Order: sequence, then C-alpha cells, then structure tokens
Amino acid sequence: MPTVSMTVNGNAVSADVDTNTLLVHYLRDALGLTGTHVGCDTSQCGACVVHVNGRSDKSCTTLAVMNEGAEVTTIEGLEVDGVLHPMQQAFMDNHSLQCGFCTPGMVMSAIDLVNMNPNPDEATIRDNLEGNICRCTGYHNIVKAVRQAAGEMGG
Amino acid sequence: MGENGIGARMTRREDQRFLRGKGTYVDDINRPGQNYAVFVRSPHAHATFNAIDTAAASAAPGVVAIFVGEDMVNDGVGPLICGWAISSKDGSPMNMPPHMPLSVGKVTYVGDAVAVVIAKSLQQAKDAAEQVTVDWGELPAVVGVANAEGGAQLHENAPNNVCFDWYLEDNKEAVDAAFAGAAHVTSMEVVNNRLVPNPMEPRCALAEHNSVGDNTTFYTTSQNPHVARLILSAFSGIAPEHKLRVVAPDVGGGFGSKIYVYPEDATVVWAVRKIGGAIKWTSDRSEAFLTDAHGRDHETKAELALDKDGKFIAMRVSTLANLGGYMSLFSSAVPTYMYATLLAGQYTTPLIYAEVKTVFTNTTPVDAYRGAGRPEATFIVERLVEMAARELSIDPAELRKRNLIQPDQFPYQTPVVHNYDIGDYEASLDKAKAIADSAGFAARREQSKANGKLRGLGYCNYIEACGIAPSAAVGALGGGVGLWEAAQVRFNPTGNVTVFTGTHAHGQGHETAFAQVVSDQLGVPTENIEIVHGDTDKGPFGMGTYGSRSIAVGGSAIVKAGEKIIAKGIKIAAHMLEASEDDIEFADGNFTVAGTDKAMNITEIAFAAYVPHNYPEGVEPGLDETAFYDPLNFSFPSGTHICEVEVDPDTGTVEIVNYVAVDDFGTLINPLIVEGQVHGGIVQGVGQALTENTAYDDNGQLITGSFMDYCMPRADDVPSFTVETTETPSPLNPLGVKGCGEAGAIAAPAAVMNALTDALGTENIDMPATPQKVWRAAQAAG
Repeated sequence: MPTVSMTVNGNAVSADVDTNTLLVHYLRDALGLTGTHVGCDTSQCGACVVHVNGRSDKSCTTLAVMNEGAEVTTIEGLEVDGVLHPMQQAFMDNHSLQCGFCTPGMVMSAIDLVNMNPNPDEATIRDNLEGNICRCTGYHNIVKAVRQAAGEMGG
Repeated sequence: MGENGIGARMTRREDQRFLRGKGTYVDDINRPGQNYAVFVRSPHAHATFNAIDTAAASAAPGVVAIFVGEDMVNDGVGPLICGWAISSKDGSPMNMPPHMPLSVGKVTYVGDAVAVVIAKSLQQAKDAAEQVTVDWGELPAVVGVANAEGGAQLHENAPNNVCFDWYLEDNKEAVDAAFAGAAHVTSMEVVNNRLVPNPMEPRCALAEHNSVGDNTTFYTTSQNPHVARLILSAFSGIAPEHKLRVVAPDVGGGFGSKIYVYPEDATVVWAVRKIGGAIKWTSDRSEAFLTDAHGRDHETKAELALDKDGKFIAMRVSTLANLGGYMSLFSSAVPTYMYATLLAGQYTTPLIYAEVKTVFTNTTPVDAYRGAGRPEATFIVERLVEMAARELSIDPAELRKRNLIQPDQFPYQTPVVHNYDIGDYEASLDKAKAIADSAGFAARREQSKANGKLRGLGYCNYIEACGIAPSAAVGALGGGVGLWEAAQVRFNPTGNVTVFTGTHAHGQGHETAFAQVVSDQLGVPTENIEIVHGDTDKGPFGMGTYGSRSIAVGGSAIVKAGEKIIAKGIKIAAHMLEASEDDIEFADGNFTVAGTDKAMNITEIAFAAYVPHNYPEGVEPGLDETAFYDPLNFSFPSGTHICEVEVDPDTGTVEIVNYVAVDDFGTLINPLIVEGQVHGGIVQGVGQALTENTAYDDNGQLITGSFMDYCMPRADDVPSFTVETTETPSPLNPLGVKGCGEAGAIAAPAAVMNALTDALGTENIDMPATPQKVWRAAQAAG
C-alpha cells in the first residue's frame, strides 16, 4: 500500500492508501472531509469537484496516489477565519442552493470559472458550469451568484 | 412582525452549513465497525430462479453474512405495500402482487434485488457479490404499456398484467351525448414520457442495532421518516415502532422518489437486527437509475368538445398507465385521484369522463415524481385547449378566457371531485401576457423567420391540488393513511423556541421559512427559533413532505400550536399583571393589558411558566404545546406560464428565448425561496419536454441508465426566467398559503410543447422533443 502525501486545505497530510482509492474517497473517508460529494459514477455530475493546484478537478476521476505533492482545496477550505469566500456568500445571498448536495462542487467550479474568466457573461457562465448538474435550482440563481461573486472577486 | 416575518426575502439559515461543506447527509455518517451491504440484482427484466448459490461468496474475504429472500420470508417479514386501494369499474379490488424486499423465485425488472452481501468493507462486499450465482430462467420481457395486456404474465394474481381498470365516474353515456352534440371536437393521442427523478444525492441506508435494549437506529434518505418507521413496523414487521428510531438528516433532494420504503431499506434494517452492529448501503448512480421509482409513463387518448361559441362542453380521457414491475407506495393513487381529479383545470367544463387502466411491465416501478399525476393532467388539458384554439383560429388566451372559472364563482365544485377554494385565473393570465409581451409576438416571429428560424409561443394555465390532504377525503378515496400534520412549539425557560415539525426538508428551506412563521406569530426573533425535523425520537409523529403540503399543512400545524401558546400565555399574563384574561391583548410578542402600558414579553411569560412561583391556579407549568392539524381541503395553486421558443429547422435545436411564470400561491412566506422552487420546477418540466428520455430496449434493459445517456438539463440547456406572482390567499388555512413546490414541473411541459408545436406548425411530436424529433417534425411540416 503506497503512501501519498499532499496538502489539503493548507494542512500537510500523509496516509497509506490502496492504489485504487479515488481522491474523493480519500478526502471523505480518510480525512473526514465529507463536504465533497459523490453524485454519480460516470464523472458527469460534478458534485465531487475540488481544486487541485488551483484548478477545478473532479475528485471521482483521479486516484489519490496521482495527487502526490498536490495542493488540494475542498469546500471546507474556502472560508477564512469563519468568513465565507465571496462565491459562497453570493450563493447564500442569491438562494443559489436548495438541497445543498451539488453545492460544494458547483461552488468550486464557479470559483475556477471566475479565476479563469474574471468577468463572465451569462452564456459563458452557463457554458462553463455544464459539468455540474443541479436538480433543484434550475441554475437561474446560480448564474446570478456567479455574476455577483465575479464582481466581488475583482473581475 | 419585523424584517424577518411572513413575506420577508430572508436568506436561508441552512445554507451556512451546506456552503461550508458541513451538511450531514446519510452517507456522511459512519458508525464504528460498520459493515457494508451490496445487493445482488437481476440482470434480466423478467426471469424465474430456483437456486442462489452463495457458497463461494460466503467464503470470500471479509464476508459477514449473505441473505436471500427466503431468509426474510422465514423470519415473517412482510411485503412492501401500496397504501392506496383502487377498485376497477366492476367493483373488484386492484390486483396487488406481493413485493418482497428480496425477491423469491421471480424477478420483474432489471435491478430487482435477490440477495444481499454484507462484508467488512465495501470492496469486499462488491467482490463477494460478484461470486453469487443465480440459475436464471429468462422469460420474455414486457416493455411499453401498449404491449402489457398481450404480453407474458408478470404476476399470478394480475391477469393480462392489469392491476385495475378504473374510472372516476360512471358517466360515459352523458359525456358521449355531449360530444355527439358538439360543434367542434379536438382530439389527441399523447405519450407522457417516463422520467427518472435523479435527486443529486443517491439513496443511502445505514442501520445500527443495540441488542441490549433491542433498539435499532435507521439513518435514511427519506422525505417522511415517521411514515418509513410505520411501514417497517406495521407492514414489514421488522421492528416494533417504539424500538425503531428513524433519522432522515440532511437529504439531498427527493422530488417524490424518497417517499417510499425501498427494498434496500427493509433489508438493511432487518439484517442489522439479525447480525447486530451497523450496516451501510449507499446507492451508486447506476443503481439509482435502475431502482429509484420512476415517474409518469402514460399513453392517453383525450378529446375536448366545444360548442359553437368555443365553450368547453365535455372532455373524454382514456389513459393507459405503467406501474412497472411492482406496485409502489402511492403508485395506484398517482394515475387516478392525483390525475383525473385535475382534468377540469381552470375551466368550467361541466362533463368529464376519465378512465385509467394500469398495467405491469418489466420496468422499474413507477410512483410519484414532482407533480405526480397533476403534470400529466395539466398536459392533457392545456395541449387540448391550445390545439382547439388553433383549429378554430381563436387566440389561445382568448379561448381560455371564455372558459375560465371566474372569481365570483368560488368555492367552485368541479365535476371531478375537487372543490376549488379561491383563485383569479384571468389575473395571472393577463399579468403573464403583459410580461411576456404576447402582443409583440407576431413581429418577433417575423424577425425569426427572416433569420431562417421558427418561433412559437405557448401558454399553460395550470391548477394543482396541493396541501395534501384532508384525511377523511383521502380515506373516502381509498387512501390508507391520514394526511394531517403535527407540530410542537416549545418555549425554553430562557425564552427561545424549539419547534418540532413532522414535515421534512430536503431542499425546501423549512428551517428558514418556518422560523419566519413562528417569528411572525409569536414575536420572537428568528435567530431565537430553531426548527427540528427528521428524527422520530424528536417531536410528534408527522407525515412528511410531498405534494406541496409542508407550509399549507405543516405550517398550519405550527400556527395552531402557536395559538395554544398564546392562549396559555394570556392566562399567565392576566394573573401576573392582575388583570382579567379578557383584557389581555397579544401582539408583537407582548401581552398587554388593554388601554394600559402594563405588559409582559413572551420571554418573561416563558420564564414564569418554568419558574411558576407567582402563577395562576389550575394552569400547568411549562410553555410547550403540540397541535395536530388536519386540513379542511386541498389547496389549489394556479397560474399562467408562457414559453417562447425559437427553433432552428436545420438542426432541430430548440432555444427557450423567453419564459414567464405568474403563479398564485396565496400568501408568500419567503418569496426568495418560492422563486427558487419555481425555477427548479420549471427546469424539471423543461427536462421532461425537451431532454429527458427513459429508454428501454425490447428486452427490458434500461439503455439510458447513466448521466451520459439520460439527458438531465444542464446550465447551458435552459434560460433564466421571469417569475412573478398574483395572490388570492386561501381562506381554508390560517396562513392563506397554497404550496409552491410542484408548480413549475406541472406547468412547464405544456407551456414548452405548446410553444414548440406553434413554432413547428404541427401537433405531431411527443416529449421529449429532442433535436432529432424536432428536426424530423420540421422537415415533415416543410
């Protein structure tokens, strides 16, 4: 069983893992970071999106051992001293979540989207969030939140 | 009451945990030493089997136990039930086949469970499950409702695969006579496509048993934990109610599919009581596609008769509805009393004949999915009306107006059971028309035409029966339960409040909206009010959340409990303020002696109730009241949705260029939450209309069994919406509310298809109108 070391939400972590352990299961089961969710088994829904070295990644589609030395950020790592990230706050302000299950992945994808494209229009937002399925909100308020957060993130 | 009372656009308190990744969904819970369950499922749609060989699997590493159906039968475990009895036209009861949690001797759909493997790790359970062998005897599969009656028989007690052949009323002759005298008849044959609910959180079951006290705790992804406990106890006979605690913590969406007690639930709870410890089962998405109850799946012939003035004089509807391989908890009610009773729509149609035959096929069981019967009814009514308008060259809005029930006609008794309490349908229609600029549509259509595109506009005037439901009415129609709701409002000695509700939130925001209701009524700031739900060990028995019932029934129960709090508070205040009870007025959290400045705040009253040193004689200490509320009637949300589409005839792609919803939900508790409910519902309706296709092959294999094959609407498939309201408060509940959870899914399919058929110039296209179908229809229409 190989050992994998990475930085998760700023903390150095190291553990022995099976070679077939997916990153999402490592985060959830070994580290107890259950904010990252599993919503499908075909890498389609995006509930498992985290940031790996600053970019969004579906953690159900990467093995833990492939992330040796990586900097991983999960939904739990976004707030600073209890203050929500602007994207989290924008989701709150705009009622951009209902059941909350897709929300962590959606927020992580949305942050990456704004990082890459600081001033996205509605079509760009919708196009870029195509890999995250939400069954509750109809996306309307998610789009609003991303636009608000983009403004606050300095776009 | 202040800024966070009824009507405030308060952001949701539950978002704090969800946005931080701190929600607690069942799969986030682990118990020490838990084992993992994996189910052995049928790969065949229809097959018999004799022997299940578990020897190799039992010897596999980590395996703790393997059980098959006989083990549960031998333990006296009963079948999963259908809770609504329907009789056929001839009076005979429906043919309900037994549905054992683990099937014995026969399977009737792909995914039907026949064994469970329990091992120390999930991987070990999966590996061992692959070593279980079953001697399948494959049978011909029955797929599609039209093939059911002539197909291979699924169940011994259901000849010709018919469960029941029902009508709402024996009035066909009268209706036929009206049709014979009609000036115009509009007819259609229509498929209401089967849908897979797909809440984003897959189902999960985690059970833990403590043999010392014989206590079992069951963590489940349920919309109604008390009902789940009742079924597991009373019908499955797995554990007595008082020894079974059912917890439904954060649940990631339901849309109806998490109402039911599933085979995995019964099996896991039963197994943990046999072997002790804890057992966890988590569905993967592929299992969810196969085993979560599906929705809709009707084939219908429907006709509307009009007189020479365009007045609707009669409607005739004949539906064949698919139940799938077994009955499910409410699957008999959905295509009957949740469906035919809505065929009057918003109109004065005096005569309606509706018959429904339900059949078994070798497909996943079908039950309630967001709207449940009402979207199917609305689709019939609103497609017929739109088609009639086109056939008669009458403006579709105008034809509707000629037939709408008018505000001065309420309460209005329809010919199909329901008695509508209140509404102003024309107000919603006019408002929607104005926002959608229907007057400017002709010019927009010309512009599209100049660009080589086809443009269409479609209406849907929907009505639904929500606030489910008055218990006596439910019982009279065959329902096996009461559909009241319970609430407990507990003031703590320090004056803050804990409210227990029997409803369950899985995205609806009850923790916020219900706190607004309590704050408004009792004058306590929302931050001092906690809403508790989802645990049978906390609070009174409740019936759960479905049918847009939570605010109308559950919210009313909270108000009734609050009224008891106020009544007791008046007694205490009168004593302490040395006044007559008749002189005590309660407002904004203060009990005041009328005409004076003598007053006590409700927090002071609460303290006095728990420290009753100076206290009225004969009054019990404490300030903690429970109310059970049985609604007087259903509630009837209604509204108008207008959809405008642009079609590219060369590619078959459909773009929704404008979508306007004007809904009448009565009083709004939190407009922010209400709008979100409408948005989500619309997109589920758009999904049904344009993208979501549940396809089986001739062998009963689900060939749209993943998100790669089943087209869930994604962000780039849908537009933003304009959502507005009108407001006629319901006179039949203390809040004036009607419910808003299902409206979008009920209205959108007809609005979208009316727009699309308007654009295409042909009515001949079924849902889902995928680009291929649209392209073909566009080519055929020239």
